[in-house]
Amino acid sequence: MKYYVLIVACCLVNMSFSQNCKSKFFGEVHDFHNGTPIVGAVIYIETLDKYTTTDFNGKFSMDNLCDGKITIVVSHIACDTKRLNLHINGDTYYEVNLEHHIEELDEIRVEGSTITKLTKTSQETLLKSDAIERFSAFSLGDALKQISGVSSINTGNSIVKPVINGLHSSRIIVMTNGVRLQDQEWGIEHAPNIDLNTAGSINVIKGANALAYGGDAIGGVIVLKPSTISLKDSLYGKTIVSGQTNGRGYSLNSSLTKTYQKGWYVAAQASMKGFGDFEAPDYSLTNTGLNSKGLSFNSGYKTFEQGFNVYYSYINNEIGILKSSHIGNIEDLVNAINNQQPLVVDDFSYDINAPRQDVTHHIIKADFYKRFKKFGRLEVQYDFQNNQRFEYDIRVGDDRDKPAIDLTLKTHSVRTSLKLDSKSKIAYEFGVNAVLQNNFANPDTGVRRLIPDYNKFDAGIFSLAMLRLNENTNFDFGIRYDYNRIDAKKFYITSRWIERGYDEDFGDIVIDDFGTQLLTNPVLEYHNVSASAGISHKLNDKHSVIFNYGLSNRAPNPSELFSDGLHHSAARIELGDLRIQQETSNRVSGTYQYGNNSLLINLEAFYNHINDYIFLAPTGVEQTIRGAFPVWGYEQTNAALYGIDLTANYEFNTQWSFNHKSSFIRGRDLSQNQALIDMPSFKTVNILGYSNEKWLNFNSELQSEFVLRQDNFPDNNYEVFIPTTEELVLVDVSTPPPAYHLMHFQSDITLNLSPKTDLNIGLNVTNIFNISYREYLNRLRYFADDLGRNIMLQLKLNY
Amino acid sequence: MKTLQKVSILFLSTLIFTACSNDDDNPLPVNEEEVITTLTATLTPVGGGATITLQTRDLDGDGPNPPVVTVSGPLAVNTTYSGNLILLNETESPAELINVEIEEEDEDHQFFFQASNGIATFNYVDFDGNGDPVGLAFTLTTTATPGSGNITITLRHELNKGAGGVSEGDITNAGGETDIQAVFAVTVQ
Repeated sequence: MKYYVLIVACCLVNMSFSQNCKSKFFGEVHDFHNGTPIVGAVIYIETLDKYTTTDFNGKFSMDNLCDGKITIVVSHIACDTKRLNLHINGDTYYEVNLEHHIEELDEIRVEGSTITKLTKTSQETLLKSDAIERFSAFSLGDALKQISGVSSINTGNSIVKPVINGLHSSRIIVMTNGVRLQDQEWGIEHAPNIDLNTAGSINVIKGANALAYGGDAIGGVIVLKPSTISLKDSLYGKTIVSGQTNGRGYSLNSSLTKTYQKGWYVAAQASMKGFGDFEAPDYSLTNTGLNSKGLSFNSGYKTFEQGFNVYYSYINNEIGILKSSHIGNIEDLVNAINNQQPLVVDDFSYDINAPRQDVTHHIIKADFYKRFKKFGRLEVQYDFQNNQRFEYDIRVGDDRDKPAIDLTLKTHSVRTSLKLDSKSKIAYEFGVNAVLQNNFANPDTGVRRLIPDYNKFDAGIFSLAMLRLNENTNFDFGIRYDYNRIDAKKFYITSRWIERGYDEDFGDIVIDDFGTQLLTNPVLEYHNVSASAGISHKLNDKHSVIFNYGLSNRAPNPSELFSDGLHHSAARIELGDLRIQQETSNRVSGTYQYGNNSLLINLEAFYNHINDYIFLAPTGVEQTIRGAFPVWGYEQTNAALYGIDLTANYEFNTQWSFNHKSSFIRGRDLSQNQALIDMPSFKTVNILGYSNEKWLNFNSELQSEFVLRQDNFPDNNYEVFIPTTEELVLVDVSTPPPAYHLMHFQSDITLNLSPKTDLNIGLNVTNIFNISYREYLNRLRYFADDLGRNIMLQLKLNY
Repeated sequence: MKTLQKVSILFLSTLIFTACSNDDDNPLPVNEEEVITTLTATLTPVGGGATITLQTRDLDGDGPNPPVVTVSGPLAVNTTYSGNLILLNETESPAELINVEIEEEDEDHQFFFQASNGIATFNYVDFDGNGDPVGLAFTLTTTATPGSGNITITLRHELNKGAGGVSEGDITNAGGETDIQAVFAVTVQ
């Protein structure tokens, strides 16, 4: 309105001064990408209420205009409407470039798992804001489990790491608003430091086919993006509040966004969560509380031709770890496994005591992009991340309140990419990136460093080609090279150095001798080549197929190289190996999609052959003053992972629907001809949905989740002598827990409080029948059952 | 073409991103503060006689070398020994006496003594503020019949001293976390 008044005022002023009303306004409208003329574009002079359209050559003209300022609106079907302020002074020529929406050649992305959109060539699923907001009180890993083929590996219920087709941690890349998350992701107890509430959409790409993000994503890539900013004058916000019975906690998230038609925008978001001890059906899970605080700020300027974005995010998670899981030796582990319930069960409490984690992650990012006419789009980005991880163990004496782990990981990265998208049939993208990372392990902990101090340098260069062979067929090809160099300063216990045979192979890297410890300076370099190729083809209106191939190499992470010490909750000594080389994955996959008005099917199959797959395997037993401990060392083998993920959706009518998801995966150690450890078991989810718009947009879902027992597992059990009972005992660390079946229910209604405000009220019940179960991929399964029933009420206010 | 030039310059400029200099300060070694390397049990016969020591010593902590376990000699039959324990962290110089920490937090610590083949019985001598046993001081009484077996000394912390049998020295229900578990092969003659 303000602008309208202003424009009217301008015109009045202009008119009063203008004498010449014989001017001609003429020009051309072109496609920004390739410069071709746009036929039939409408040119509307808003200030004069006059129309014209472009001819066959994209040309237009208007006669008898007065000199002065005018506002024109240029629009065309399949183009973004453009609004311009111009000055007419005599005969005036103007060239307008419109963005023609051929296809956003952004990244390789497909919308919706079963929404057939055959423009891209990889196995990909998109989670939209509705599906994300439902998990506002939970974590990224919980939300992603909605996708067939994505599971999680947990340490309790608050530390949830996504697993894509059986692979996790360093084998997955997490991107948040264009930044590759660097948060010590190598550790199984290190959950991604992401506030799910910062994401407006999440894309999950299975396999290493999105080379623009990195060449080492053998498992896949998770891309979180903030909500899209639309170019209009607007102020809007969203608040989600939820309370739940299990954990007796709350979650609060609020965001506010201001956008301007000219392209400026600013958004801020904050979230808080607080939970006390969670509960299994039969007992309280002592010391499993969680406190989380998140904050983000997103601002910038965005037009089709250019823009920039500055982003800051902060998240702090304080997570309690089940007290009973902290054990001192094998005998404690045997006691824990044999006891059917945790050894420590206290009354409910909000206190978070040791063992606990306190992790803070900051991201600062700035990026800039510019489109060049008939050429392409250039983007440059810099980001900085600071990850501070404290882990507190149960300690005694003066060290009681001292962290046992105090690591600071700082990462700077720059990247630039250039997309050449001026041709409608083929587009190219080139990019380079460089990352400099420093890890500092604080020696004040009084505990030997788990991960040494190091400097790491990575550089990558890639090139992608995206080809549209015809209406129904797309072809993508990409190649990438990465260089990794890690320069560490690591202390070894002298006896360990000799036992590993490093004195013979790495004698020259010792830089200091402290008697019982040696300071060494390993400098390791890796060269990695990755490639991907994919083709998608639409057979007809209903059937389509995608095939792709990905080659990727992943250099060993610091944990695989340098681990050296006792792992408390597993009661084992874990040893890295300096000799480990990168692993190489060759993955082929095929997708079949079917869609008609009521039925959608998405069937994905893959075979992933990994040479020199890095994994932890038991290698022996060592005696210490605390008793005997099994030793697990990082080793390499050839492995194969293969599986099928199925999603199907059937709509009986506008109200009733049925959704089915199931995933099957096998992992084999080909060298030893046995199963791989920690592979997700077969899971099938069936959902019956009912919606009725007339009842305040009522939606409801009854969900059945059935997880089979994992029958394919390596037998890593061992016998150990327990002195206190004078018995030889079998320590059963391998046998997976039995199958389980859970029922969940959720429903919501939406009230329109005002034209711009609506309130969504949701009721979710998980594990309705309060079933006791344990999940194979939960590292605390030896110690306690998983979560019991939870009733959650969620209020979502959009304004 | 001009565009291409401009773009190339921007593009290349990011390639010239060079690594920062490494700081050459070497990290300091960490001497584990809570490590217990050495447990020595000194057994003095109440009525006089040869003092026997049982010792386990693991100087590389969680390193690969096993602890060195020594028993200075056989115990005498039907004899009561007055025992005490010395715990050291010998990775530090001078060695740190861990007993101090245990005495300060005696309510959270307890030693357990067990003997196989019934070669000996044990009694606690020292107690914490709640009257629960600690075990830095104890008595050991050997059987009347000669034999051999294992004496196991276990230290638990953050245990449940109130659980059944724990105050009598039964480890079964103690819970907690094991700091030391040492087994000594002993002969009674």
